[in-house]
Amino acid sequence: MALDSKVPQGPLKDKWTDYKNHINLVNPANKRHIDVIVVGTGLAGGSASATLAELGYNVKSFAYQDSPRRAHSIAAQGGINAAKNYQGDGDSTYRLFYDTVKGGDYRSRESNVYRLAEVSANIIDQCVAQGVPFARDYGGLLDNRSFGGVLVSRTFYAKGQTGQQLLLGAYSAMNRQIARGKIEMFNRHEMLDVVVVDGKARGIIARNLVTGEIERHSAHAVVIASGGYGNVYFLSTNAMGSNVTAGWKVHKKGAYFANPCYTQIHPTCIPRSGDYQSKLTLMSESLRNDGRIWVPKNMEDVLAIREGKLKPTQLTEDQRDYYLERRYPAFGNLVPRDVASRAAKERCDAGYGVNATGEAVYLDFAASFERYGLEQAKIQNTSNPSAAKIKELGQAIVKAKYGNLFQMYEKIVDENPYETPMMIYPAVHYTMGGVWVDYNLMTTIPGCYAIGEANFSDHGANRLGASALMQGLADGYFVLPYTIGDYLSDDIRTGKIATDTPEFDAAEKEVSERIEFFVNNKGTHSVDYYHKKLGKIMWDKCGMSRKKAGLEEAVEEISALRKDFWENVIVPGTATEYNEQLAKAGRVADFLELGELFAKDALVREESAGGHFREEHQTEDGEAKRMKEFQFVSAWEYKGEPKDAVLHKEALVYENIEVKERSYK
Amino acid sequence: MNLTLKIWRQVDANDKGKMVDYKVTEISEHMSFLEMMDVLNEQLVNAGDEPVAFDHDCREGICGMCSMYINGEAHGPDRGVTTCQLHMRMFKDGDTITIEPFRAASFPVIKDLVVDRSAFDRIQHSGGYISVNTSGNTQDANSIPISKHAADEAMDAATCIGCGACVATCKNSSAMLFVGAKVSQYALLPQGQVEAADRVKNMVAQMDLEGFGNCTNTGACEVECPKGISLDNIARMNRELMKASI
Repeated sequence: MALDSKVPQGPLKDKWTDYKNHINLVNPANKRHIDVIVVGTGLAGGSASATLAELGYNVKSFAYQDSPRRAHSIAAQGGINAAKNYQGDGDSTYRLFYDTVKGGDYRSRESNVYRLAEVSANIIDQCVAQGVPFARDYGGLLDNRSFGGVLVSRTFYAKGQTGQQLLLGAYSAMNRQIARGKIEMFNRHEMLDVVVVDGKARGIIARNLVTGEIERHSAHAVVIASGGYGNVYFLSTNAMGSNVTAGWKVHKKGAYFANPCYTQIHPTCIPRSGDYQSKLTLMSESLRNDGRIWVPKNMEDVLAIREGKLKPTQLTEDQRDYYLERRYPAFGNLVPRDVASRAAKERCDAGYGVNATGEAVYLDFAASFERYGLEQAKIQNTSNPSAAKIKELGQAIVKAKYGNLFQMYEKIVDENPYETPMMIYPAVHYTMGGVWVDYNLMTTIPGCYAIGEANFSDHGANRLGASALMQGLADGYFVLPYTIGDYLSDDIRTGKIATDTPEFDAAEKEVSERIEFFVNNKGTHSVDYYHKKLGKIMWDKCGMSRKKAGLEEAVEEISALRKDFWENVIVPGTATEYNEQLAKAGRVADFLELGELFAKDALVREESAGGHFREEHQTEDGEAKRMKEFQFVSAWEYKGEPKDAVLHKEALVYENIEVKERSYK
Repeated sequence: MNLTLKIWRQVDANDKGKMVDYKVTEISEHMSFLEMMDVLNEQLVNAGDEPVAFDHDCREGICGMCSMYINGEAHGPDRGVTTCQLHMRMFKDGDTITIEPFRAASFPVIKDLVVDRSAFDRIQHSGGYISVNTSGNTQDANSIPISKHAADEAMDAATCIGCGACVATCKNSSAMLFVGAKVSQYALLPQGQVEAADRVKNMVAQMDLEGFGNCTNTGACEVECPKGISLDNIARMNRELMKASI
């Protein structure tokens, strides 16, 4: 099948408006006869469910957690971008579009990104109307801060809990529709397959995680909003339950999977401490507004710090290497995430890491305490304030901005970040790749949509900070509700989709057989044993830097590990009860397939772009080197074994932006 | 460190349940409490036993999924943290740790340490929202200035993660801190005013219907709340309810 991105004709700035003016609509009376399934209740799924129900469709929403409010969007900390230009610092729709395309290393689709920038301002209006308590200044207006890769302040925030507040906003909109009966909510349910009837997505097979019951649910369209696949690395900042299963199942039933190798390794996470570790914790990028990143200049200081003979606070300014400020004077500590992560890795690989494992750099707030403290002293008319007073005043400001993050750091690391610099190191955080979608957010299966992190469309090879929340809500509140209507307008006479059909029988049988296999297999190794092994292959060979030989090994090793898994995995308990190990076994089985495709995608992409860094392709000073001939989206078609997938290319055309070398110097 | 764990095991809602003893060894003080539970479960799986079921997801203290009653305290002995953020450095070698589910009549046990908190969702369905459609045609976000003080206070209330520690810790199994936090968030913002009276009445009615107890001002909920939600929110909810009822 040839890829058709269905991008509307006409000038970039008019595409979305013209599109909306010309699509087919479904009349309100007919919407009552149309069902839509939404899998996932994060920002994308939650907002889509609420909006589709408001419009009048019958929505069935699925979450594996015990409440829609717990989806992992809740953990997003720093903020959400919007081209409001409230600060008057030159922001505009075009500039947000430009920053996002450049930040993504010219590997995203122009028309989708422009639409995202266009609707971004509405998101903020909408959320304020819903009662989201964004931070405000003393005049009562909304406050902003800066994120990496941009030169304006366009990020709106609610302390360090912006994702939580936005998700609770979407959840509240869902609650209103659940109360009206327009959303039927299935908590503690997991989608285990999509059902395709006459070439169209017409339902799903889901498992009730409490009773183990396998259920059939039909609908006129299926929306996948199940998030990203960062947990293929085992250790990531994702929630423990985050998984690729929904996305992978639709891939196996005909949806192309795009750019799986584009993974975001976030520069500021709490370093690992031991083999028992189950997950990594992010320290928001917003901290780079006020924190300065450094390692010692001299190796003897590094060694003394590791041995505990020297404290970082004892080093003078000229003994420190603020390497981001040194290498990237224009953007300094606010370079994009991929650049900041590689720079940290470069220093640690060179031996300058400051903790026992050698994998940590400092994020230091001392300069901010002083800067804010002096400002506060002036505001309060304190003449000749003491250094201690300045620090105290400054710390109060930093506490107001990032208090919960500092507290989280202290609880995990057992060090007080107000008194000593934080230690941070990059960790897997977000996946730009995902299910391929066209301009309508529809996958290559008609009637099956993918939104939010689950799709691939807006962030190219690297996502800018505070853009994930923007994309999730844009897709769910403002894009999908239009595009899905155009498709569903053909379904007004279809009537209820029956579930007692051969297609549902076949899908349910496949799901049940797999579950039966797991609970009956007399294996020797736990699910986690395999997940950890997979994670290690991924991190070592498909991590922050990749090379041909390593990727070739990864493809073979993952394939062998998967074979071993299907022979020797052990799953305790039965299929008809609450059984977390069983749920996890299914997720890891899918990760074991995705991982192989991931490595293959990284192998085929003979260039460096954004988060995908191939050692063979770098400039003299170690920056990513893009290749003109790779200016396309890799969309993979499933053909049995993941490594046999067939590559389809969607050429990326830039008519409104000049493709340049991406420089933050 | 080496520890003895006394853990509540219950097959399903109908089972009577019992405490069972387990031993774990070589636990690092840097582990989180749930990582210690992972060690136990890996041990159980490898021995062919059933692992202990417990709720958890984000493991960074924000999703509100984890819910253990540890040594007689919701989320254990540390303050201002959820179970997933509790670290083993709070315990010492040789300790015996008692681990139970969040207990309340309105939170029936699903299995072992997993409880059903859907009563919280139903309270939210009864009024935990502002009735505004997501058309994108609302007024500009800056058209109504909101004092920083009110915005910050609303944010403090909105910080609630809905974990249910307040209910589990309250001798009356009262949900008033949870409901008070939601009512307060909207009561403090101009956008929440239009429906304020109906909201508080409906949410309190649903709370009573779910069988949660009343507040007798012991203040245990505030102490155990991982997000520091203040008792002021209960007072504000009572004021709002009074205002709505007269």
